[in-house]
Amino acid sequence: MKTEFITLTAPDLILASLLVLALIGLVARLQLGLGQTLSIAAVRTTVQLLLVGLILEAVFNRARLSWILLIALVMMVVAAWEILARQKRKLRAKWGFSISAFALFVSSFMITVLTLLMVIEADPWYTPQYAIPLLGMLLGNTMNGIALGMDRLVQTAWQQRAVIEQRLMLGQKDSEAIRDIARDSMRAGMIPIINAMAAAGVVSLPGMMTGQILAGSPPVEAVKYQILIMFLVTAGTGFAVIMVLQLITRRMFDSRERLRFDRLLKVPR
Amino acid sequence: MLRLEDLQIPGIETINLTIAPGECIGLSGESGSGKTRLLRAIADMDEHGGQVYEENVAQDDVRAHEWRRRVALLPAESHWWLDTVGEHFSAHAEHIEALGFGQDVMSWSISRCSSGEKQRLSILRMLANCPRVLLLDEPTANLDAANSERVERLVLDYLVEHNAIAIWVGHDAAQLSRVAHHRYQVSDGSFTKVVHP
Repeated sequence: MKTEFITLTAPDLILASLLVLALIGLVARLQLGLGQTLSIAAVRTTVQLLLVGLILEAVFNRARLSWILLIALVMMVVAAWEILARQKRKLRAKWGFSISAFALFVSSFMITVLTLLMVIEADPWYTPQYAIPLLGMLLGNTMNGIALGMDRLVQTAWQQRAVIEQRLMLGQKDSEAIRDIARDSMRAGMIPIINAMAAAGVVSLPGMMTGQILAGSPPVEAVKYQILIMFLVTAGTGFAVIMVLQLITRRMFDSRERLRFDRLLKVPR
Repeated sequence: MLRLEDLQIPGIETINLTIAPGECIGLSGESGSGKTRLLRAIADMDEHGGQVYEENVAQDDVRAHEWRRRVALLPAESHWWLDTVGEHFSAHAEHIEALGFGQDVMSWSISRCSSGEKQRLSILRMLANCPRVLLLDEPTANLDAANSERVERLVLDYLVEHNAIAIWVGHDAAQLSRVAHHRYQVSDGSFTKVVHP
């Protein structure tokens, strides 16, 4: 079913940008020191989204699997890089990038492919109108989850390294000595998506659903897609966070159950 | 018996040493000389060369956490991560009175313990694992004379009772001569026996 929807014009967007400009002006006046960051982010979002719009239009007109795979690859690399950039304690870059990319591939990419093949069943299965937004939503949420969980694990373990060693000295297994911290980190990674599920529809209308409704879809159809996405995102994020936490804790201890931050970070001696 | 065979720790000469059951070894040396690193190597907390045997069981023959239950390291500063004292004990604590506490100590909140109380409690916590070897890093550093004496007596009684072994790191020469059967010292990278201290 196709419904007419109202297209936005350039003046419409300029009107909205005036609001952001007003905010930047106020922030500068109150010397809150966020003006530059805000401006850069606002410019970035405009440029990035316009570019992506152009690319998507091009790809949508000519659905070629190789193009779509290339775009997926770029998205995953950027997401993995972004995860590392968000860490307060910098992991050894090559290794940190590899595990992030691996987790994103195994969870987000695989779940996207499975969903396209078995749930959406578009023709062809890689129809970009479905494939790219789906992968994007999974990657975005999984990236957040991994970044939060990883940051919490490394940061807390570093702060509590003396406690971890004390527990090892008392004869606890390495997995036991890190368990509380791993549990906390899992929570940190999953809380955003759990909150989103709990509040969905009651407190907030999820963005994708809102978009579909604005574009003229019947609400119930939009809701069905939203539920699908929520489940996929939850599973994808959960598996990815577990994977990354496991890989980090394995690396944090050596075969003799010693705490080895030197294998994880660049540690000053 | 505890045997250090070609034990290599950065900055200290290779160490060969055999300690008989029931014995306590006193170890002294300036701070930074490597006493703590030596204890950590014996407990397998740091990478090191050579081998350590406890009753003919080599470090590498057992899982690391099993080794550390037999060969317990008491760090100079103890750490606590749960709310009450008792939650940190893997088994029922004995010798509570011997260190001057009452039975109610297990329900104490960690946050109200002084550093001296924590130090004494950490000894009880270690002994609850029934270790065969005690590696004690300045175990009475925060204690007054009366409590130091309690700790000395408890450790010596434990060695006799369990035929266990202790390496006692400390700065107090009088104390070391009270507790130790033999004394060694680490200085400028050399590990030497102290004859007629």
